[in-house]
Amino acid sequence: MIISMRKMKDNQKGRIVKVNCEGELRQRINDMGLTSGTEFKIIGRAPLFDPVALKVRGFTITLRNNEADHIEVEVID
Amino acid sequence: MKIVAIAGNPNCGKTSLFNNITGANYHVANYPGVTVEKKEAKVKHNGEEFTIVDLPGTYSLSPYSLEEKVARDYVVNEKPDVVVNVLDASNLERNLYMFVQFMEMGAPVMAALNMVDVAKLRKINIDVKALGEKLNVPVVETVARENKGTRELLDAVAKFSASQTKAAPLDISYGPDVDETLVKMETKIKDAGFMTAKYLPRWTALKYLENDEQIIAEGSGIGSIHQELVAMAEKLNSHIKTTQKTTAENLIADYRYGYISSILKSVVTYEDSPLDRLYLSDRIDKVLTNKLLGPIIMLGFLYLIYEFTFWASEYPVMWLESLFGWLGGVAEAGMAEGLLKSLVISGIIDGMGGVLGFAPLILFMFFAIAFLEDSGYMARTAYMLDRVFRIFGLQGNSVVAYIVSGGIAGGCAVPGVMAARTIKGEKERLITILTAPFMPCGAKLPVYALLIKAFFPGNESGMMLAITLISWLLALSIARILGTFFVKEPDSAFVMELPPYRMPTLKGLSIHAWERCWMYVRKAGTVILAISILLWAMMTFPQLTDKQLEVYESQRQDVTASYDKAVVEEGDSDAEEVSAMAQEYRDRLAEVDANEAGDALANSVAGRLGKVFEPVTQFAGFDWRTNIALIGGIAAKEVVVASLGTAYSLGEVDPEESDSLADKLVKSGWTTANAISLIIFTMLYAPCFVTVVAIRKETGSSKWALFTLVVYTGVAFLASIAAFQIMG
Repeated sequence: MIISMRKMKDNQKGRIVKVNCEGELRQRINDMGLTSGTEFKIIGRAPLFDPVALKVRGFTITLRNNEADHIEVEVID
Repeated sequence: MKIVAIAGNPNCGKTSLFNNITGANYHVANYPGVTVEKKEAKVKHNGEEFTIVDLPGTYSLSPYSLEEKVARDYVVNEKPDVVVNVLDASNLERNLYMFVQFMEMGAPVMAALNMVDVAKLRKINIDVKALGEKLNVPVVETVARENKGTRELLDAVAKFSASQTKAAPLDISYGPDVDETLVKMETKIKDAGFMTAKYLPRWTALKYLENDEQIIAEGSGIGSIHQELVAMAEKLNSHIKTTQKTTAENLIADYRYGYISSILKSVVTYEDSPLDRLYLSDRIDKVLTNKLLGPIIMLGFLYLIYEFTFWASEYPVMWLESLFGWLGGVAEAGMAEGLLKSLVISGIIDGMGGVLGFAPLILFMFFAIAFLEDSGYMARTAYMLDRVFRIFGLQGNSVVAYIVSGGIAGGCAVPGVMAARTIKGEKERLITILTAPFMPCGAKLPVYALLIKAFFPGNESGMMLAITLISWLLALSIARILGTFFVKEPDSAFVMELPPYRMPTLKGLSIHAWERCWMYVRKAGTVILAISILLWAMMTFPQLTDKQLEVYESQRQDVTASYDKAVVEEGDSDAEEVSAMAQEYRDRLAEVDANEAGDALANSVAGRLGKVFEPVTQFAGFDWRTNIALIGGIAAKEVVVASLGTAYSLGEVDPEESDSLADKLVKSGWTTANAISLIIFTMLYAPCFVTVVAIRKETGSSKWALFTLVVYTGVAFLASIAAFQIMG
């Protein structure tokens, strides 16, 4: 099932299928290692349910829901 | 002398490593033309001298942020002999992303594999020898926190810089489509000598494919080859878009990570799955960023920073005040009456006192902030508050600058403006700097207290709370307005790392705090001193004529003549407690002195300006006396109450004990409308000069400093007129 990262629930694992944005945001996402095929795990959300925090390549990053919208993912479990 | 540049991701321990290498004995300047700091030191190792340069901490070498541009330009233009890329061993995959980019550039890069202790703790096994062989560069293990491996690193740097065979530029494959175009572009660039003096041909080609604004802009002025390259990149992109539904830029990033994975496959082994393992840091986060507990704990931390900063600096500030008070006393006693004495006491000593009085605040505030940053908590603040502050065009970390500036009433905008450094987005940082001074700082409080005492007696704390809340509301709304209409920088991406929690080292915190404090004294000090002298001159010249002075002199003689000789002698003595008669004599003399001071102030440039403005400012309910006080308030808000006292011929009023001035204001016809108007004006008008200087320094732009001086004062004036006219 391919959905946008925003729709994932806490503690769900996923694999990145595609990132649909360009410019600075895409660059930042690349810098953080969120490239196609990468596995990650949603670990939580801020008190107002935005931004979202996730674990990827052994460290934790956070991005806003409207940034997670650009990331298509496949839910693993 | 050989130049060694230290590069690395944020939170990789680069700063500690730099401090270890240089013994924390370095020189701080700015990179040419920008506000990014450049730390530099000369170091001798085994008889050989090196210049060590600290590059800004960045995640990559793309041209999107100022720090990244600075780091890349430095390596391209200054051609350091060695680039030491500090890698976080516990986070090797992402840290190598920038390393690979250095290799693509053909930079003479080697690696310091830092935090090997953390990696071991996390059961990550790294075959260091294999890593060096795969990357084909020297790799040295370090633990910068404990100053381990520094000597070995310097040995390797010396050896690497001496060896003639520097690593060949890395030619990794970015997939068949990209590679094919890349080779064609590379040949074209080589044949035409297109920017080849500066960049490797393959790297230039790569940047055209990555749509790198900086390189493309640089190439666009050079000739027809630029158009050809752009066309080739476009053709490749449209091909990739139809066949693989992505862009060349994205493919290149994917392949870089692919290359890194292929290297690490035989170098790194994890004993357990990094996605599932709960590290200590994750467990702490379960509490500290908990949806319910997190915000409560955060409020507690913010309150603690505030309390710590002002509690810890209380005594040093008092010592400095007594020191300058004592200096003033020495000058008072030792110098002959006259202009020079007045200049030394009111201009120079008070000005220096004003500058240095802030130093302890800055020192301790940065100590507290460095603790939050180095521990990793600052990123959590940004994470938890982002949703709220984003509405106003700010970032979660803006809260720290606001609180320190007086978000908890009684702060100070000077360290507050400087605290905005922790904000990552350029736009958000700028807006925070421009709005933090609206908070009720410690120097505005006496003005509010005076007016509340005089016109809203019995409801002091309620009014003060209302003023604080209104200030927050104003700062946030103005932030929103500035972000929408005035600040043109693009919105920045939020994506950021939540670094693992770490216990900061006392050494690291002290170095950081001391560096900030010293920079402030050195850079801001001279400017502020000059302004202080200028304002002294404005409030002193022109002086009263001899004839006017004679009037007061004869009044004094009249007073003296009307008392017995014994009373006069007693009154003139140094005794603190005197008889009722002698006290009356003293009071009458003081009254004459106060009238003279009031007259002198009215006659000075500031006084005349106050009168010139009166026809306009009367619409806001300000007479010329208020105008003088407000002009003085641009130097320092502390001056407002004192100058108002002088202008109302009460002598210098102690801001802490302004009862007599409150009475005087009520008696001279001030109404609640005047008071509200003045409160609104004080909330909104130009920050004090020290803050303006800090704004100039932190934004690197005189335009914004002037903006706060002129536009804020204009807006404050309009708001005051509106308030006064509605209520008056």
